[in-house]
Amino acid sequence: MLTSHAEVLSPRSLQEALTAKASHPETVALAGGTDLMVLIEANKLAPSRVLNLWGVQELRGIDAQDGWIRLGALTTWTELIHSTLLADHAPALVEAAQTCGAAQIRNRGTLGGNLANASPAGDSLPPLLALDGVVELGSARRGLRRVPIERFFLGYRKTALERDELITAIYLPARVDGDETFFRKVGTRRAQSISKLSFCGRVRRQGGQVTLARLAFGALGPVPLRAHTVEVALEGGPVRPQLAELLLNDIRPIADVRSTAEYRQRAAVNVLRGWLESLAG
Amino acid sequence: MKLSFVVNGQPREAEVRPMARLLDVLREDLRLTGAKEGCGEGECGACTVLLDGQSACACLVPAVQAQGATVLTVEGLGDDPRLARLQEGFVRCGAAQCGICTPGFLMTAAELCQKGQVLSRAEVRDAVAGNLCRCTGYQKIIDAVEEALCADQPR
Ligand SMILES: Cc1cc2nc3c(=O)[nH]c(=O)nc-3n(C[C@H](O)[C@H](O)[C@H](O)COP(=O)(O)OP(=O)(O)OC[C@H]3O[C@@H](n4cnc5c(N)ncnc54)[C@H](O)[C@@H]3O)c2cc1C
Ligand code: FES
Ligand code: FES
Repeated sequence: MLTSHAEVLSPRSLQEALTAKASHPETVALAGGTDLMVLIEANKLAPSRVLNLWGVQELRGIDAQDGWIRLGALTTWTELIHSTLLADHAPALVEAAQTCGAAQIRNRGTLGGNLANASPAGDSLPPLLALDGVVELGSARRGLRRVPIERFFLGYRKTALERDELITAIYLPARVDGDETFFRKVGTRRAQSISKLSFCGRVRRQGGQVTLARLAFGALGPVPLRAHTVEVALEGGPVRPQLAELLLNDIRPIADVRSTAEYRQRAAVNVLRGWLESLAG
Repeated sequence: MKLSFVVNGQPREAEVRPMARLLDVLREDLRLTGAKEGCGEGECGACTVLLDGQSACACLVPAVQAQGATVLTVEGLGDDPRLARLQEGFVRCGAAQCGICTPGFLMTAAELCQKGQVLSRAEVRDAVAGNLCRCTGYQKIIDAVEEALCADQPR
């Protein structure tokens, strides 16, 4: 029995939503509720005001715009899975969506909620990092601004989102020829498990040479991270799987209830090497 | 708030707190006790209902998000001949023991039946992964769901 007496506002437009958030910054945004309702039920959060975003149409939809794919903040995991646009441009994000929760969670849980909740194990985070995603934030006073996903996560559960802001959309660059991507989630079982480790990689090859590498890991530390040392080492040559060993310069895995640091370290190197080997052929 | 929505085909109203859980509104206010509370945190699926045609954990949906929506609970399944067949399949296959998980499984399966998907056994397993059962060992539940999905396909 959830006893919250929070006052709830259900805006019909983005403008109305942003104005409400600005005039009462303590207001807690509600998208699909799959994180928020759990927190409230467990008495970890007792908001006095809730902003129900579910009816704001401007926050929905997946469209192509000038070389970018725009995903409204309210896009659900189920919508990601069924999008033909994303199947072409961001298959790794679709795969991540398929491994997220179970049907009931995917039908309600949103991309904006996954980002704002900022769990380092959030399954959308490695794909969005590897695909050079950009988060669009809106405020009533300052309008819209865009933050590259890598600069969105500031610390454990800390994001660049200001108190008067909402996430409005996520932008992904359209896929470029020669891009190959890979997603892998390591958990206790396929469905409904929180990642021990998740990985998304992207390489672009021209004439056998890697011209761009993006390697992103989730659930290894307080924030999702990119393996910059390995990325730089990969770029400019053919795919060399042994470079996976350099990963230890980039990651310092945590130990928690789900896994030990040693396991995470070994698993991360193995997942990366396995993918690089399959690319090297 | 005054919640007005359609439950099992009937327009219903209730005076509720906006953040009350849909599960409590159904069980306490509307006395529809088919949806069960297992975990209260989205993990077990015992509270699954169809919200605007999509399966959702009623323990995670605040009443305010059911405003104007269409909700189908296990009590409403029998009204649709195809979904009634799904229920009969559960009986025939012996897919229920204590029965606590059964309404949730039926609703998750109802979404699959309504979409008319053709699924392999492995896909059926994946599709019901958000529902836990502590009694049956799942095989008979998967049998029943598979049978219902096959019955929908033209031969
Ligand atoms: C059983 C279960 C299994 C799960 N499995 C997974 C899994 O496998 N992988 C995974 O990554 N997650 C998982 N989750 C977590 C959750 O489902 C996801 O993080 C989901 O994407 C959250 O989205 P939501 O719309 O439900 O967020 P909500 O609960 O509505 O909100 C989450 C947070 O984000 C804020 N917020 C939401 N939208 C906005 C916005 N537009 N602007 C600003 N702030 C906003 C809210 O204020 C809140 O702090 C699981 C949850 C449950 C209950
Ligand atoms: S009671 Fe809702 S999922 Fe367990
Ligand atoms: S029959 Fe008892 S929990 Fe499934």
